[in-house]
Amino acid sequence: MNTKIGYIIAIALLLVAPMVIYPVFLMKLLCFALFACAFNLILGYGGLLSFGHAAFFGGAAYITGHALKVWGLPTELGILVGAGSACILGFAVGLLAIRRQGIYFAMITLALAQMVYFLFISADFSGGENGLQGVPRGTALGFIDLQNDMSMYYFVLAIFGLGYYIIARTVYSPFGQVLSAIRDNEDRATSLGYDVDRYKLLAFVLSATLAGLAGSTKTVVFQLASLTDAHWHMSGEVVLMTLLGGLGTIAGPAVGAGIIIALQNYLASGPLGAWVPVVLGVIFVICVLAFRRGVVGELKALMRRSF
Amino acid sequence: MLTDLLGFPPQVLFGQLLLGLINGAFYAVLSLGLAVIFGLLNIVNFAHGALYMLGAFAAWAMATYLGIGYWGALILAPLVVGAFGVLLERVLLRRLAGVDHLYGLLLTFGLALVIEGVFIKLFGASGQPYPAPSQLSGGVNLGFMFLPWYRGWVVVASLAVCLGTWFLFERTKIGAYLRAGTENPKLLQAFGVNVPLLTTLAYGYGVALAAFAGVLAAPINQVSPLMGSNLIIIVFAVVVIGGMGSIMGAVVTGLAMGVIEGLTRVFWPEASATVIFVVMAIVLVLRPAGLFGKAS
Repeated sequence: MNTKIGYIIAIALLLVAPMVIYPVFLMKLLCFALFACAFNLILGYGGLLSFGHAAFFGGAAYITGHALKVWGLPTELGILVGAGSACILGFAVGLLAIRRQGIYFAMITLALAQMVYFLFISADFSGGENGLQGVPRGTALGFIDLQNDMSMYYFVLAIFGLGYYIIARTVYSPFGQVLSAIRDNEDRATSLGYDVDRYKLLAFVLSATLAGLAGSTKTVVFQLASLTDAHWHMSGEVVLMTLLGGLGTIAGPAVGAGIIIALQNYLASGPLGAWVPVVLGVIFVICVLAFRRGVVGELKALMRRSF
Repeated sequence: MLTDLLGFPPQVLFGQLLLGLINGAFYAVLSLGLAVIFGLLNIVNFAHGALYMLGAFAAWAMATYLGIGYWGALILAPLVVGAFGVLLERVLLRRLAGVDHLYGLLLTFGLALVIEGVFIKLFGASGQPYPAPSQLSGGVNLGFMFLPWYRGWVVVASLAVCLGTWFLFERTKIGAYLRAGTENPKLLQAFGVNVPLLTTLAYGYGVALAAFAGVLAAPINQVSPLMGSNLIIIVFAVVVIGGMGSIMGAVVTGLAMGVIEGLTRVFWPEASATVIFVVMAIVLVLRPAGLFGKAS
């Protein structure tokens, strides 16, 4: 009941937010919130630390940019192509990475993502250091002009809502429950007859696809796909957002993404601009040492204690 | 005449082979340090690249501000950075005992961001030059290639340190304790060995190894805040290929990957940045536990 009220308030706030807050900032926030929620699916619910999700985010960003700018596809189709490419890449990376567990999984995903990064540096279509610039936003459904920031915002909000809904449904589905069981006790899940590797792979592919969806949408919003999107710093940032917001909570990563994006925006305009990586690193250290449940996790624990 | 080997002039081939050996020596020393740390702390030290960079910067700072030359820095920089590592372990990493291994990776990732961020802010992203010692300037013409003394020294010194580490672990009393601590820390503690101290020392030693590699690298690459951040990812791939089970495994894998990378640079330059990752993927398919790893 409480969650339902919370969601209704959140939706109402998101609908009126662009009247008050700069819509481009909100769109960036939504894209990264979707990215973090998608990432949480594999870390929070699957217990697998992927340190290579930037490859899916950045990869899809490039593919969508190319599809819209060079192929001239309609916007929706361009985003779908991007997310589809992330899905295929996620399948390939996942197939290799799930052969090892724990820290090895993290190192493998990081290394494979770095390989993808190098491919994008050297590929002809990616524009090297400049990235893909001037990607057209196009129209939604063929008649809504997305050059207008307001209509673009509601378009992004719809995509975020769709992604968030898919994630929530996945987590509460029998599939999601098995996934959590594997996270908590892999041997037990195996002995109960679950094909553990298939569950992990499917979760990984789903997470990669949605991360790609976020990256593609980001390209449309900023009309830009760049190497930053695929760099391993981006993989680290999404881990931080998820950890800060609350591992294994549905809304946590979105909250974490909001905090980090707001912080980056705030710092970048002030005298502390050059210190952003240091600040993020310090938050990382504090989160790991003293705040492992994250904002939403702590709130939940507080609620449980007081009611 | 040995003029053209497989269609490439021998100078090019052996030059890249030497460069590969040097990179391989760095991979070996760094992955060895990672393995030592992982053995006792169960932590993958993401800050390893940043600490390697700290080693190079320590040498540069000693030369610039204190007038300490290369040979002094080669001993002092690992000690100073190792002491910093001991501090990190005591103050921060220790608190993660009994928590999921992944948090150790995340904590050290945060530390790497902080260390590299501070150095970029202080020194900028571009590099500072650091001269090779005068005793090792110049080189020798071997007929098929020109060997700069310093590059030869880097390979020899790295291998000596690796061998020394192997001796320390396999042939001394403290090495026996360290191996026992890797196998079963609780039992070792019950025998009256100070395991927390051992753990701290192991971290300090692993960090000192990274710093040592950093000093060796300083005259070859420039001393820059980001010199370790891409290297560490390659070293992770090397660790996945070799497995963290054995010291010799880490050394052999490190050298072999360096050589493979060097040869790729001759025959197919475009692929040289990614070849180690490709090898990693192949090893994962054929032998998921790694070449020298035990199946978990």
